Amino acid sequence: MSTGYLTDTKGRRRPVASAPARRRAGASPLRQMDWILTAAVLALGGLGGLLVWSATQSNTSLVGENSTAYLERHLLNLGLGLVLGVAASLFNYRLLRAYAPVLYIASVLGLVAVLSPLGSVISGARSWIVLPGGFSIQPSEFAKVALVVGMAMILAEKRDAESTPGGSLVAQALALAAVPLALIMLQPDLGTALVVVFLVLGIVAVSGASARWIVGLLVLGVAVSTFALTSGVLEDYQRDRLTSFIDPNSDPQGSSYNVRQVFIAIGSGGLTGKGLLAGPQTQGSFVPAQHTDFVFSVAGEELGLIGAGGILLLFTLVFWRAYRIAVGAEDLFGRLVAVGVLCWFVFQAFENIGMCLGLMPVTGIPLPFVSYGGSSMFANLIAVGLLQNVHMKRYA
Amino acid sequence: MSDRSRRRLAVLNVLVLSLVVTLFGRLWYLQVLAADQFEQAATDNRTREVRTPAVRGIVLDDRGRPLVRNRTAMVVSISRTELLDLGEERARELVARVAEVIDEPFQDVWGRTRLCGTEGAPGTPVCWNGSPFQPIPVTEDADMDMALQIMEHREDFPGVAAELAPIREFPLPEGALATHLLGYVGPVTDADLARQAENATDGTGGRADTPGTLLQGTDAIGKSGLELHYDADLRGTPGVRTVAVDSRNRVEGTVAETSPVPGNYLITHLDAEVQAVAERELQTVIEGARAEGLPAHTGAVVVLDHQTGGVVAMASYPSYDPNVWVGGIDPADYAEITSEENRYPNQSRAFQGEFAPASTFKVVTTTAAVNVGYSLDATYPCTAAYQVGDQSFRNLESRPYGPITLKRALEVSCNTVFYKFGHEMWQRDGGNDPDEDAAEVLVSTARGYGFGTPTGVDLPGEADGLIADRAFKEARWERNKERWCTWAEEGYPDDQGGIDAYLTQLMVENCADGYKVRAGDAVNASIGQGETLVTPLQMAVAYGAIANGGTVWEPRVAKAVMSPAGEVVREIEAPVAGAVPASPETLAYLQDALRSVSTDGTAAGVFAGWPHEQIPVGAKTGSGQVSRDRETTSWFASFTDRYAVVMMVEEGGSGSGTSGPGVRAIYDAIYGVAEDGTVDPQAAILPGGLPPQELPTITPDGMVVAPDSREMAPASREVPPAADVTAGRGP
Repeated sequence: MSTGYLTDTKGRRRPVASAPARRRAGASPLRQMDWILTAAVLALGGLGGLLVWSATQSNTSLVGENSTAYLERHLLNLGLGLVLGVAASLFNYRLLRAYAPVLYIASVLGLVAVLSPLGSVISGARSWIVLPGGFSIQPSEFAKVALVVGMAMILAEKRDAESTPGGSLVAQALALAAVPLALIMLQPDLGTALVVVFLVLGIVAVSGASARWIVGLLVLGVAVSTFALTSGVLEDYQRDRLTSFIDPNSDPQGSSYNVRQVFIAIGSGGLTGKGLLAGPQTQGSFVPAQHTDFVFSVAGEELGLIGAGGILLLFTLVFWRAYRIAVGAEDLFGRLVAVGVLCWFVFQAFENIGMCLGLMPVTGIPLPFVSYGGSSMFANLIAVGLLQNVHMKRYA
Repeated sequence: MSDRSRRRLAVLNVLVLSLVVTLFGRLWYLQVLAADQFEQAATDNRTREVRTPAVRGIVLDDRGRPLVRNRTAMVVSISRTELLDLGEERARELVARVAEVIDEPFQDVWGRTRLCGTEGAPGTPVCWNGSPFQPIPVTEDADMDMALQIMEHREDFPGVAAELAPIREFPLPEGALATHLLGYVGPVTDADLARQAENATDGTGGRADTPGTLLQGTDAIGKSGLELHYDADLRGTPGVRTVAVDSRNRVEGTVAETSPVPGNYLITHLDAEVQAVAERELQTVIEGARAEGLPAHTGAVVVLDHQTGGVVAMASYPSYDPNVWVGGIDPADYAEITSEENRYPNQSRAFQGEFAPASTFKVVTTTAAVNVGYSLDATYPCTAAYQVGDQSFRNLESRPYGPITLKRALEVSCNTVFYKFGHEMWQRDGGNDPDEDAAEVLVSTARGYGFGTPTGVDLPGEADGLIADRAFKEARWERNKERWCTWAEEGYPDDQGGIDAYLTQLMVENCADGYKVRAGDAVNASIGQGETLVTPLQMAVAYGAIANGGTVWEPRVAKAVMSPAGEVVREIEAPVAGAVPASPETLAYLQDALRSVSTDGTAAGVFAGWPHEQIPVGAKTGSGQVSRDRETTSWFASFTDRYAVVMMVEEGGSGSGTSGPGVRAIYDAIYGVAEDGTVDPQAAILPGGLPPQELPTITPDGMVVAPDSREMAPASREVPPAADVTAGRGP
């Protein structure tokens, strides 16, 4: 790609499309896409397919006769998600801002529906709407997309690039975030709620809002966590899940059983792993939810440090590209969208891998791109599409 | 865009980087630094060991006749998991159905399925002491019809299995029970596992567990007797199939497999025929004594090969058929063999019972007296009574003979001669005011004969007997003086709630100087009375030592360990425990004197018509007094040039009257002595009076072939020279 660089006042280089490049971009905006980001995401999704396959192929109660059933559906999700992502990347920027309120209201309605009798309880949380035909959707995944766009829109509204959002705008943005956050907490889906909190914090911080807001939000977060763990608001099993990571041997058959089994799987993988489809822990289904929330344990056991570390590297690539896109965004809206997606991916990946490694409490959230699950895959790829959209806007 | 925004992006960048680095670090730790630990955990997690028990080795007598063997039986077992799943009520119904099929009382079968130590469980060994995850055998002796009833109505018997499995069997060759010697097997208990953890290697081939033979909860092991002592030899090594399982314990495949290695055979010195004769004769003399109105509660007999230390036969009365243990013992049977009313048939009087040796102990006193300087050539006064202070000790067994030789004193069992020795040796030690380093020669001589400590026979639970020395009396007085002195003051309560004057007087004495060996104690000890207690096995070892020239054996029942393929794994030689503290002259004198006892002394009647020229036999009678209101303990200790035979009947009357004829009958059977005193080698159980010299052989197809003992073997094996053997040998 014939892209040149300009050095800005801070001495940082900024890519600037050359005239021929602009011309070609006009012909096909996809050629301006951040291919490193796309490649990393596709690699994660493909790797995820292999891991999901390995995690399910020997479990006949899941896959029945067709041992590749989950692999196929994962790839289908990936394909559909790519279509959604491409659509999101090509969506007109201004139209996106115009549709933000619609997106937001739709997602809030989804979250309300989930709490109504339409919702189904899976693993202790009322997070799902089961549709006929074996499909189910998880509205909280899409709510993250809506929240990123919605907050970016408010905080970037009617401002030139160099001003910072005032108190009322920040308050509006936080109010906007509070509604879905509360609904997610009611499910209760703590993992997603935490991701939302960090996503909100990241957007508010990068918007340039006064430091008091950020400190205030952090204090509030600590206070709410303390309250949640010490008061009776959480069910016992939830509190156990949150604290069992501290001592995985505390209750070998209870909450810490999962953590212990995940440790054993990852630890026994060693440097090179047991080989795909050859991990005894995985093939014996010792780890619960190993094709969804604990998919990282499959990588750890069967692909070893090389595979698990590879996944971490791919995520680092994604983070790096998202960061570059945020830094190079044409306007504040684009930057805040990019930062929102970055914070979302970073925290969700950290929380998911961290709980597999015993660094974080166990909360039921999927590993972006890798875990099996349609809603999550779609929402993540839409978010990647938004990143590409922000990236390509520069060349529009 | 604002600088603030850019600054915050940079901070975010650092934050993201640090999170990624954290994850990498942790991943590195788990997968590289701590990988080994998790690798082990993963192996433990996903594999289970399925053990195939090894076929237990059999126990053979000296001619290869099986005393314990295995037979295939139909074992009916119930899965405990299934019982738990069914719930109490339906579990009871299931057990009731099983009980009906196997034709046993419901309560018994139910009791067997209860885990030991849980509420409502019966005691061991009825309750289930194995792993709670293992099917519990409720009968090991079902017949084919029972099995078919269960297999054809599987829906009525969930979790019930009927399978063929090898179980122990006691074929009772020649009718010999040998109950107390053979022991029995049972499931491993927690105590067994704990003992294994402590791991005792006793060097006798006992319970030395090597890796790979470690016990697990599902194993069956020896619980008593030879089955216990030689458990490690007999048990074999179970086959272990390591299977991979998934998180629901479903077997996914076999990871590794080793075949079971069958247990080794144990060849014993026991001779089934001699054992059978010994058991029968013991019962006969006890029944005879009872017919004469004597209590004759219990008895024991020991036949020891004093040239090798091998136990040829050893029996105790009352006994029981060891087959009660097969298939799990019935609660009723267990109660019967452990009841006080039945005089504890599960205990062997031969090596677990302790009795006052009485006159059989005089050989010890004689040895001690000679050792302190009394001449073998002198004569000693056999008076009617021996006076110590104001106490008169009477000559119970014999009349006064005037001055007689030691030989004659033994022949006629003259107490007063030995009273004098005992009293005078006591005086040499300082009497009532003993020297610090009193020699206590009678005590040390008794210990030298092996009394006062277990013989070390290869059977568990042996009693040690008692030789009361000064230290023992002092220790006991320290422990008891408070009680004794209370009774001395307040009077000893008798059965009627009054005061027993005799016992009160005894308490007065005990309170005052119970720590002392009094003159009376020494006098009593000289004829094996008072505090002295011995086991019949110790007595056989002691008389064997006189006969073999002074070798005190640590006797052995087992002779060799042989592989099922017929290879001799190791021969078991009885160790020498020590030597009798007697000169060859003294031993020769004793042998001669004891032979005279059987020709001209108290045992002459017993050996009337015995071919003394062909088979010299020495003997000593004993009638031990236990207490005022009980009959005497009947002892008869004897030896030929090869065997020491001792019989004891508790409250059985005199030694010559009760036990003597029993011992004679055993000798008759061993040597083939007919009523007219002729020796018929064809009728002899052990022709020429010799046990088989060779081990039985095992053919490649597993048949046991008896050694040809009809062929004359060397007269005797060489005995470790404790002293010159001057005893006359057999023909």
